[in-house]
Amino acid sequence: MNILQIIIFTIVKILIVVTIILLAVTYLVYFERKISAWAQNRIGPNRVGWHGALQSFADVLKLLLKEDIVPDAANKPIHTLAPIIALFVSFTTYAVIPFGPNINVFGFSVPLVVADVNIGILYVLALTSLGVYAITLAGWSSGSKYSLLGGIRSSAQMISYEISMGFSIGGVLLLSQSLRPVEIVQAQSGWMWNAILQPVGFITFLVSAFAETNRLPFDLPEAEPELVGGYHTEYSSMKFAGFFLAEYANMFIASALIVTLYLGGWQFPYLDHFGLSNGWFAVISVITFAIKVAALLFFFIWVRWSIPRFRYDQLMNLGWKVMFPLSLLNIIWVAVLIMVFKL
Amino acid sequence: MLIEFGKVFVFLLIAIVFVIVALIAAKFIRPARPTHEKMLTYECGENPIGTPWVKFNIRFYVVALIFLIFDVEVVLLIPWALVYKGFGLGGFLVGAIFLFMLGLGMAYEWRKGDLEWVKPKVILPTLKNVQVDIKEDAAA
Amino acid sequence: MSLQLILFILFGTISAISSVLMITRTNALISALFLILNFAGLSGLYLTLNAQFIAVTQVIVYAGAIMVLFLFVIMLLKPEHEKYFSHQPKLKIFAFFIAFIVFIQLVFMIFVSHPSQGNNANVAASVKAGTIEEIGKQLYTNYVLPFEAAGYLLLAATIGAIVLAKKKFE
Repeated sequence: MNILQIIIFTIVKILIVVTIILLAVTYLVYFERKISAWAQNRIGPNRVGWHGALQSFADVLKLLLKEDIVPDAANKPIHTLAPIIALFVSFTTYAVIPFGPNINVFGFSVPLVVADVNIGILYVLALTSLGVYAITLAGWSSGSKYSLLGGIRSSAQMISYEISMGFSIGGVLLLSQSLRPVEIVQAQSGWMWNAILQPVGFITFLVSAFAETNRLPFDLPEAEPELVGGYHTEYSSMKFAGFFLAEYANMFIASALIVTLYLGGWQFPYLDHFGLSNGWFAVISVITFAIKVAALLFFFIWVRWSIPRFRYDQLMNLGWKVMFPLSLLNIIWVAVLIMVFKL
Repeated sequence: MLIEFGKVFVFLLIAIVFVIVALIAAKFIRPARPTHEKMLTYECGENPIGTPWVKFNIRFYVVALIFLIFDVEVVLLIPWALVYKGFGLGGFLVGAIFLFMLGLGMAYEWRKGDLEWVKPKVILPTLKNVQVDIKEDAAA
Repeated sequence: MSLQLILFILFGTISAISSVLMITRTNALISALFLILNFAGLSGLYLTLNAQFIAVTQVIVYAGAIMVLFLFVIMLLKPEHEKYFSHQPKLKIFAFFIAFIVFIQLVFMIFVSHPSQGNNANVAASVKAGTIEEIGKQLYTNYVLPFEAAGYLLLAATIGAIVLAKKKFE
């Protein structure tokens, strides 16, 4: 491929990915409300469109038309910058996550990943570590005590769980011997999923992902009964929508990342033995990926209505005294596993 | 490989443009009618007292300090993990010693109570004063 | 112009402008934000030099960890109320002196000693040296002792940080 074709394919892929994320996020909000309603024996949104299917679009439109109120006490430039960082970080993480095998388009072999960089997983880690700023700055710049406390709490929570996240990824790297997400997926062919080989690492990563996305039971930064709205108390209009979208996009990306790292990515076990044509193989792979991500997203929502919110000391204890030692043990476990079984 | 990084860079640019356009587009269609009350900091209907930038617990700073050190260890451990399979027992020992020292640091913090977070103390309501009153009444 | 040169100019401009803005802002928090932008630009520069490990470390450790600590300190201490620097003319002279020496050093480095002359001998090897796999291999073979020493140093840092933090605030 020459440089022009690469540019065209890249831009097309990026636009497709961004559209998919936006659509997925909008429908994720809808499904979260529907599943929440189902869990609480309610009906949920059912007025806008068929069974309320257009509810999320109506919500976005409503937020678009709302007045943007920035309090006088706020630091305006940083107040605007915070949701930009939040959205930026949550969208760009997706650049390195593969959602299917190579496909043939007009005679070119196109990998179904925006950029196959050889430091892919570290790129994800780097962006997650920048995600802290969105919430910290939102809390600081609002000029409200609730926001500040929410922001500080949240950044301490996120950095605490980032450590166990990093060490859990170490376990995956030991097995895959590559930082490229594509190769990590390929290393988990058949049933050699990392979730099966290193269940402890899978659990620590899963819990850390919950904490990094500020989902219940880890949603202390916006704990309504004590902090009003936490870091986005003073946000309204599209800036609030920015944080809202970023939270759901983070959920989507965390699921995609867990699938890539631990659940075999787009691979359907032993699909290559069925003798399918290239096209069908790609289609089934992409569908497998979508189903795995959807299952994890359902798990996210399910947990929300099953486990109550932690107290802050419980949260920090869980992060530093349970998840962190467990992720260290996981690395040693994987290292011994490789030594003994020569995987 | 630079081309792959270029793709990431293009993605970053598109994401930034998209986010900023979304925020600016809203500016043209939404109303802007600020009043004094709207511009006040929300504090459940009360007028805010004092500076919003309150002093918070120093423990958050200590957590950030501990995080910094372990973050460096994560970054140092990744090159080790990446080529682990090629080096057999020697590689295992290199990593094991490193992990041992990491664990030692963690054990020190644990022992010194720096991983502790202040637990809320449960103060049960007591009926002490009432009892005293009853006694005084009885004495009288 | 090659892609590499365009990216170099772009990232170099970002780093240069952000570093100037960092030292001219009066609000310490905004300075810190420009420092983060500066780190991001530097990381881009490292990437164009094929030093991928350093690029990522720059973002994860400097922008992601050290600056979080800085932000916490700025938020805790509120340094915008402290006019320490302007009350100390001696300190200002000292700062100018240091800056002048560094400037002379840089001029000497760039225009007199030609640091980039001898380094182009083996481009392929130097490109390969920046990858994380290569750094891992080096850690196993030639640099086992420094690797463990780094671990030991970090252990000392852990203990030292805790001891100092307690001494100051309790």
